[in-house]
Amino acid sequence: MSEPVEILKTPVKLDYTYSAGQSASRFLRAMAEGKLIGQRCPVDGRVYFPTRGSCPQHGALMRPEPVELSDRGTVVTFSINRVPSENIKLDLPYAPVQVLLDGADTILMHVLGECPIDQVHMGMRVQAVWKPKSEWTTSIGNIKYFKPSGEPDAPFDSYKEHI
Amino acid sequence: MREVAVVAFAQSKSLRRELDRNEVEILIPVIGELREKSGLATGEIDFICSGSSDYLAGQSFAFVSGLDAVGAWPPVSESHVEMDGAWALYEAWVKIQMGYADVAMVYGFGKPSMGDLPETLALQLDPYVLTPLWPDAISIAALQARLCIEKGVTSERQMAEVAARDRKNALGNPYAQVKGEFEIAKLLAEPYLASPLRKHDCSPISDGASAILIASEKRAKQLAKRPAWIRGFTHICEPQDLGVRDLTRSRSTEIAAERAGVRKGKVDVAEIYGPFTHQEILIEKALGLGASTKVNPSGGALAGNPMMAAGLTRIGEAARRIWDGSADRAVAHATSGPCLQQNLVCVLEGN
Repeated sequence: MSEPVEILKTPVKLDYTYSAGQSASRFLRAMAEGKLIGQRCPVDGRVYFPTRGSCPQHGALMRPEPVELSDRGTVVTFSINRVPSENIKLDLPYAPVQVLLDGADTILMHVLGECPIDQVHMGMRVQAVWKPKSEWTTSIGNIKYFKPSGEPDAPFDSYKEHI
Repeated sequence: MREVAVVAFAQSKSLRRELDRNEVEILIPVIGELREKSGLATGEIDFICSGSSDYLAGQSFAFVSGLDAVGAWPPVSESHVEMDGAWALYEAWVKIQMGYADVAMVYGFGKPSMGDLPETLALQLDPYVLTPLWPDAISIAALQARLCIEKGVTSERQMAEVAARDRKNALGNPYAQVKGEFEIAKLLAEPYLASPLRKHDCSPISDGASAILIASEKRAKQLAKRPAWIRGFTHICEPQDLGVRDLTRSRSTEIAAERAGVRKGKVDVAEIYGPFTHQEILIEKALGLGASTKVNPSGGALAGNPMMAAGLTRIGEAARRIWDGSADRAVAHATSGPCLQQNLVCVLEGN
């Protein structure tokens, strides 16, 4: 008997021309202008950010009118990351945070900067630190990170629905 | 067996390219229309099943975001098949047969314009000896068409006639993508795409979605004036290896048609999912349809082929003709896989 064939290489490559969709495109174009655009659910009026076009709770198309949000918000939860990543150029360890932007009803995943790691906490008020305007693209990465805003902590009741 | 009927149907227009809408944005108006037609809220639907393909979306678990079009809160009972929505409908039908549901919603959606569809479909082939050669779907279908012509099963002229018939029928279908009156001689004068297939022999590449509501007897009578009762429903699969199959007939459709009882009564309308003209001819033969059957009044897949929805759409188009009384008995067919590998047959009756 000859040796069994144990490995067969069959490379697979498919190219896609992806489109984010109407709603996500609107959000990304606004990002390129330094604006944070959410959209309202037509059923209960909750503001989704970022928006993917539909309210996943009601299966309804978001109201088309943009809802401009503040670049300040509240940390509703966080973790401490000690594992390096190609995409995030922050020094380890750093804190991934879930931020509830003022005016939004959904939370945004981002990272915390300019803050000693042992001081991050729930309810912490934060504000976006933007990249230089010349570097803005259609990306949430235009926000480098969130940093403490120095405001007093938000009361638990103000964000407990979003944990 | 429980009596189950198709009670509502909605579809998007088949478009060569949905420029800026994503799949969920295509789906939402379709599902919204279905809800409106039935008057049902999400909470009144016992089971939801979808058909789509991550290979078309280029994302893993792309079907999960499809649920955003449904509204899955409070949590819903849901399932998915990586197949055309017609098979999702089969799963929903089984669920109702087993008594786990009375009303089920099924949808299929695809946006193949994001990739290269004939190339993507090559991944359905055997991964050891065929996929490494990367034969595109049109070339594979052309080999089958060549076999059929050599064996006298069909001819290029007959194939052109099928294309002309379907696209003429599609003139009455506002959702169709390719429609019009075509002269056979002119079609036959066109160059080959992959001999013996010309462009008109191939279904278009279409983005789109469709959705169907089915219900058990009591609910069906409440939801539709004249429900389209599912009286036969079978799907049969052939081997993956093209070399071991008789590609000049559709044996799996023949068996499915027999089990579904297609020939137990006259067939007024047949909606066939033939991605290529010769395949439509093979299915027509396998179903054993006579001259009194109107084939593809909607135009079929040759007029619009939204991947993962086109089979489900055939069932919806057949049911629609039961509802409006233009047919008493209709047959819908769906296919999946290269060269008609897997086939589904659904018999619908008005009485």
